[in-house]
Amino acid sequence: MSDITAQSHHHIDVREFHPRAHAAIHNPKIRQNFRKAMDGLMAKRKAAFEGWDLETLRDLGANIRLKALSNLPDLLEQLEQKLTENGIKVHWAVDGDEACRIVRDICMARDAKTVIKGKSMVSEEMELNHYLQDQGIEALESDLGEYIVQLADETPSHIIMPAIHKNTGEISELMHEKTGTDLSNDVEYLTASARQQLREKFMNADVGVSGVNFAVAETGTLCLVENEGNGRMTTTVPPCHIAVTGIEKVVPSLEDVSALLALLTRSATGQHITTYFNMISSPRKGEELDGPEEVHVVLVDNGRSSIYQDDELLDTLRCIRCGACMNHCPVYTRVGGHTYGTTYPGPIGKILMPHLIGLDEGRHLPTASSLCGACGEVCPVKIPIPDLLVRLRQESVDGDRLHPAKVRGHGAKRSTGEALIWKGWAWMHASPGIYRLGTGVAAKFRALQPSKAGAWTDYRTAPKLAAKTLHQRMKERGQ
Amino acid sequence: MSDPIKVYPSKPQKVYYFGTCLVDMFYPDAGIAGVELLEREGIEVIFPQGQTCCGQPAYTSGYHDEARSVARAQLDLFPEDWPIVVPSGSCGGMMRKHYPSLFKDTPEATQAAEIAGRVWELTDFLLNVCHIKLEDLGEPVTVAMHTSCSARREMGVAEVGPALLGQLKNVNLVEQVRPEECCGFGGTFAVRHPEISGAMVEEKVGTLVDTGAREFVTTDCGCLMNIAGYAEKNGKPIQGQHILSFLWERTRGNTGGQS
Repeated sequence: MSDITAQSHHHIDVREFHPRAHAAIHNPKIRQNFRKAMDGLMAKRKAAFEGWDLETLRDLGANIRLKALSNLPDLLEQLEQKLTENGIKVHWAVDGDEACRIVRDICMARDAKTVIKGKSMVSEEMELNHYLQDQGIEALESDLGEYIVQLADETPSHIIMPAIHKNTGEISELMHEKTGTDLSNDVEYLTASARQQLREKFMNADVGVSGVNFAVAETGTLCLVENEGNGRMTTTVPPCHIAVTGIEKVVPSLEDVSALLALLTRSATGQHITTYFNMISSPRKGEELDGPEEVHVVLVDNGRSSIYQDDELLDTLRCIRCGACMNHCPVYTRVGGHTYGTTYPGPIGKILMPHLIGLDEGRHLPTASSLCGACGEVCPVKIPIPDLLVRLRQESVDGDRLHPAKVRGHGAKRSTGEALIWKGWAWMHASPGIYRLGTGVAAKFRALQPSKAGAWTDYRTAPKLAAKTLHQRMKERGQ
Repeated sequence: MSDPIKVYPSKPQKVYYFGTCLVDMFYPDAGIAGVELLEREGIEVIFPQGQTCCGQPAYTSGYHDEARSVARAQLDLFPEDWPIVVPSGSCGGMMRKHYPSLFKDTPEATQAAEIAGRVWELTDFLLNVCHIKLEDLGEPVTVAMHTSCSARREMGVAEVGPALLGQLKNVNLVEQVRPEECCGFGGTFAVRHPEISGAMVEEKVGTLVDTGAREFVTTDCGCLMNIAGYAEKNGKPIQGQHILSFLWERTRGNTGGQS
């Protein structure tokens, strides 16, 4: 593992995208781990949707998410009311820091010293683990992938499979070094060892923290998708459960969940359904034998309501966090998740993170795409990811006087030199006479064409100018 | 919500030909091949000499004012109701899919949307509007095909190239691993992120060479100069051609085949 790709997230500068990409591309292990994993995930997704009318289902998924978003403020109020009626305490956080403080305050009120965590990308946004640690509260990840990433003091490299950048051998070495397990390539042995260590932690944890996949407004139900049972343990064994979620995860009714769930699990891991699907609707009731005595929900904004203000950017919030866009992304497959230096990597990260960190820090993110459209094609809720990338490119160079940029940090990538080049380019291509003259002269003196053309010719030969342009040849034909 | 269903026009007497700037300067043979194929189908080809570029390079770079001024210069080139054919999925996609949003809130909005609706990728037009029947006059050959991402995903023509090649009896079309994966061109992406683009084209060339084919065809000149340029620079045993050049060369001299 190279130091650059594996560094802990305390020191990551998102702007250093290129050096990290360089390191990843020249790291055969990274390349191989991602290629193999992504090929597998693509094949599984394809098989899982076989026989389904996928386009109709994606339309349905997109419509459900759009409907929910168009009604978001009302749905959130309804959700708060239902959750409260169900005995779940609701908290609102404007950003990650406030969300962290809320979790800390709940822990402190209970004199909690240990927290066990289920998988939650919002808690990664909040950087909750490090915050709690600084407050003297131990936070342990219980999702196997997250557990591995935490042992390595790394961040997740994929939103569904956090440790996908590591192969079995690397995981074995890590667990041996940090927890004393035997070196072994036996996945069952490694899993059983982790399971045993985690089991004790579950029994002793004071608080369980989880994410949320869907929050149902009509019934006040929190839905949680998982495969390892750690989500159920996290939300039922400790006496207090805190669910953290982005405000966009709310859907109107349970009926909406079935279509989204069908899309989510198939798109993510190619599963028809996950091993566990948890529906949490209240703390333990008087006569019940298990379940937490306290349940809290922290509804986190963290930039989402500003995305919500724009009719086009709003589509970003449709996301149900399946990860299919990264599984199918040729750039993500080459550079891996850590190269992005952001909580969410890959295509969804490129359109979401600029809102969370600003376009000044995230200036390279929207450009790191060939706009091939594979992400938009597989997105289960039809987020037009390539269009949003183009929109953010426009924002990052303040490139449209008709539609002024509005994302925080816009214009950070505009340089006088590049702006001038495009101005000159536009002048030439908006003046057909000049264009024909210029291309005609270039064709005539093509022998003088340089064989080097910047970064292009580091990998390829330069395209060769033709002796006559198509304009000239069509004119000769009388056309 | 779904992409609008393509409704093909009936075969017209005339078409407008938008050649694209890459074809204009680097691959005019491909442009001429497209013209020849259309003319053989009995269609008169109008080539407006005022055309330059669709505006895409500035558009995808975020310079939408500049993209709009270049695109605006193309709008008056197609005054009559004839279809506009483009020998590129990428430039075709720019005009068909992105002109309406580029000109939103401008006086040209209606005109741009009307033009967008008349834009066709040329191989799609030959197969599904002209119902072209190709008679193969060439020697037996094995070829691979790379359909550009915009031809595949914006113009929805992934099946067209293989269908056309399938009409050629002496052509053995072989498929590479991951045919739908991008070759790494991506316009300015190739120079903004050269290492990532380089890693992508390296793998694309590898999978094409692994098919055993020594020739490949593609719908787009961007992919062509990327893939063929990488193969040439790195001594990989495969050469590329625009699919229109390939189709024309194998069937030229053939006066039949009109539908």
